[in-house]
Formats: sequence, C-alpha cells, structure tokens
Amino acid sequence: MTDAMYVQLLDLACGAFLLTGVLVLWRRELSAIVWLFALEGVALTALIVVLGVWQADLELILVGLGVGALRAGLLPYLMRRALVASGAGRETQPLVNVATSLLVAAVLAMLAYAVSQPLVRLSPTPATQAVPIALTVLLIGFFVLVTRRRALSQLVGFLLMDNAITATAFLTTSGVPLVVELGISLDLLLAVLVLQVLTTRMRAAFGGTDLDELRELHD
Amino acid sequence: MGVIGAVLQVIAVAVGSPLLLGLMRQVRARLEGRAGAGVLQPWRDLRKLMRKEAITPRGTGWVFRAAPLLLAGTALVVAAVVPLVTTASPLDGVADLFAVTALLALGSVALALGALDTGTAFGGMGASREMTVLALVEPTILVSTFALSIRVGSTSLGSIVTATVEDPLSVISPVSVLAAAALAIVTIAETGRIPVDNPSTHLELTMIHEAMVLEYAGPDLALIEWASAMRLSVLLGLLSSLFFPLGIAGAGAGVLALPLSVITLVLKVGLLGVLLSAGEVFMAKLRLFRVPELLAGSFLLALLAVGASFFLA
Repeated sequence: MTDAMYVQLLDLACGAFLLTGVLVLWRRELSAIVWLFALEGVALTALIVVLGVWQADLELILVGLGVGALRAGLLPYLMRRALVASGAGRETQPLVNVATSLLVAAVLAMLAYAVSQPLVRLSPTPATQAVPIALTVLLIGFFVLVTRRRALSQLVGFLLMDNAITATAFLTTSGVPLVVELGISLDLLLAVLVLQVLTTRMRAAFGGTDLDELRELHD
Repeated sequence: MGVIGAVLQVIAVAVGSPLLLGLMRQVRARLEGRAGAGVLQPWRDLRKLMRKEAITPRGTGWVFRAAPLLLAGTALVVAAVVPLVTTASPLDGVADLFAVTALLALGSVALALGALDTGTAFGGMGASREMTVLALVEPTILVSTFALSIRVGSTSLGSIVTATVEDPLSVISPVSVLAAAALAIVTIAETGRIPVDNPSTHLELTMIHEAMVLEYAGPDLALIEWASAMRLSVLLGLLSSLFFPLGIAGAGAGVLALPLSVITLVLKVGLLGVLLSAGEVFMAKLRLFRVPELLAGSFLLALLAVGASFFLA
C-alpha cells in the first residue's frame, strides 16, 4: 500500500464512519437506525483493518475483524430481534426535532474540531488528524442518547459513543492491546443483552418502551 | 477558442435543456407504463406558448413583467459562466462560486417577487414556500462548493474543475463524497423535483414552483418554463463538472476538443437526468414540513465536508 493510498483509504473509512453517525440523527424508522449502526460498524472495521495493513500488524487486523463481527453483525442482529419482538417501528417524537438536531450536529462537529486541536498537534499523522471525526461521532452519540425517547434508539446512541471511543483509541494509539479490546467488547455485549432483557420486561409491564411515559410507580 | 467554447456552452444549454426535460418526462412515462409524449414535446409546448398573446393580470406592475426576463437572463449568464464545455471561457474571471450562487438566487427572488406582485393567495403561498426552500438551498450550494475550493485554494469554478481534471483520484475523498451528496440534494430542491416539489402537479397543497407561475401566460410563461429547464441542466452540468470532469476542454486544448466536450456534456447531463427521473418514479413527495429537515441535512453534510477538508488536510 502506497502512502497516498493509505491516507485516502483511511479518510474514506473515516468519512463513512461520520456519515453513518450523522444519518442516525436524520432517520426516524428504528429499523433504518439499526441498519445505519451496522453500516457504521463496517466503516469502523475498515478503519481498523486499513490501520492494521498499513502497520503490517496481523494482530491489529484480527482485532479489527473481531470488532466488525461484533458491531456490524452480532449487535445489530440482537437489536433487530428486539425490534421485531416489540413491533414499534418509529421514533415517535424526539425531544429535539430532526431539523434542529441536524443543525446541532453541525455545531457539535465544530466543537469536536476545536477540542481535538491540541491532541492533533502532539503528533500530526494522517491517523491522528482523523480524531476530530471520531470525537464528532462521540458527541452525536451522546446527543442521540439524551434526546431520544425510545429505549432502542437510546441504545444506539450509547453504542455510537462506544464505536467512537474505539475509533479514537485506534486512531491515537497504534493499536489497543487485545485483552483491553476483548474486555470492552464483552462489556458492550453484556450491556446490550441486559438492555434487551430490560426492554422485554418493560414492554411486558407497561406495553411500550417510550421512556418518558415511565413516570408512575407500578407494583 | 475560449469564446467559441463559451458560445457553444450557452447554445448547448439553451437548445438542450427543453430536450433534457422531454427526455426525463419520457423516461418517467415509460417506467410508469405510459407511451409518453416524446422528447420534443417541451419544445412544442414552448412554440405554442410563444405564439399566444402576451397578457398580464390587471393591477400588476413592472415587477411582474420583469421577473421572467430576469429569470431567463440570469440562467443564460450562469450557463455562460459555469465551466461545462471549457474551463478557458473569457468569463472565467466571474466564474466565481459566489457570483454563480448570487445569480441563481437573483432569478429565484425575481420570480418570487413577481408572484407576490399578482396579489393572489396562490402567488403569495408559492413565494413564501420558495423562500423557505431558498433560505437553506443557497447556503448549502455555497458551503459545499467552498469545501471543494479549499483543496484548490481558489473559489473560481474554473480552477476547481481544472484541478480535478489534473488529479482525478482526488475526487475519491470524504470531502468530495459529502459535498456531492449535499449538492445533489440541493439540486433537486432548487429545480423543484420530487421529493421536494412535484413539477407535474397542479394541486394547491403540494406545489411550490407551479404556485408562483400560475398567473403567467403566453410568451412570459414560455420564458419561465425555458429558464427553469436551463437552471436544471446548468445545475446538473455543474454537478457533473465538479465531480466527474471528464472531457472538459482545458485552456491548452485545441478547437477540435470542443465538439467532443459538448458531446460528453450532453451524455453526462442526459445520464444524470435519466437517473434523476428514474429515481423520481420510486419516490413520493415529502410533506412540506419534512422539506426543511431534508435541506438541513444537506446543509449539515456540506458543513461537514468543509470541516473534513480542514480535519483531514
């Protein structure tokens, strides 16, 4: 892989990562959101694999493939199952309307760029220069987490944040140790499984997963 | 050489844009299982309208009469300025993206003012809807082209296209992808196609562009229809020149390169038109309240394109 090609592939992967993260804010159908999350997992995999091929590091490539299997395969599969079981297809009414949240995302991108400048200046390589993109997705994930009402789209927000944290880790350091990555991934899987059980229980108890309606205490 | 190129460009756009419209309608008709009126139908419509008597509604002033002329005039100037056939146009000095956007906006504003001048409910409604769309469309065109101009270091459309011709692989970057997506959405909105506006409807709840031109008749209407077709083909041409500048004659190319470049332009714009109309068959019009969402999305994409060109530089 030549130098220019590495930069181009890395940038493309980062662009796809950012685009899928932003589009999550735009779509209303929960199934589309889950699809976008899966696509973002693919972009993250591509990013780590490109880094791994560039550094000729087999372990990094394998970690990337493992991350891909988890985030583009297993987690979307679990979420889709939860979605089919619940039957509710739409994020009915986000707390901030879609047009405004898109404009907020623009502001968040600027904020991420400003915040990550000192970080980039430490060692300006192509990989660290993409850190603002990962931070943008992190902030967008947080925004999704706090402004959405459905349990499932909040879960996607949480997972977006985690995707972004992973991306930042791989972009700033040249590869996280396998054990650390394994630990994070298992935690994530556990969180999703617990939330899936929780949403099933919630639906059984209240008939819906709109978290804003859970104001009263039930026996 | 540059002058010939610019003249060819204007002629190609002026003659070809109704044909493009006819082609798009034909594709749509065929995909819907109808026979279609033929590619030449828009030209026949224009000829019919041109023969009619010019009448204006009572109580309208010069704004109403000047609007079609201004719209067609700005469309022609933009067609001469934007690098479609050649980048060596003598007007290259004004082929600035700010100037082009301002010219496009001037045409839209003139038409909206003309619609307001009639004092009818439809005219006002159409004008207000057009302004809602325009307020998000113009900044998006500016910002998305600006993202491309950062790499080149100049806001001249000619130099952006020249730089892309010299280094075609630079198109494959997140900056171009984001900017292309934003510009494509904006082109659809600006030219009033589905999913933002339905060009073939006369239903008052849905229309934007049609509501503004309801009071026009005869040659004025013909001028407006022609200018709208030209704006569509210029914007599609700009999209193809910025992201796929194959076959555009550069400054050093000979006169022989010009016919070839006209042919590639026709092919590229025709292909984009076919794709657009084929996409329209499978889509429904968005509700008017959802349109700002779509446009805010495209503005965000354009802004991220600018951001990315700084992040990843």
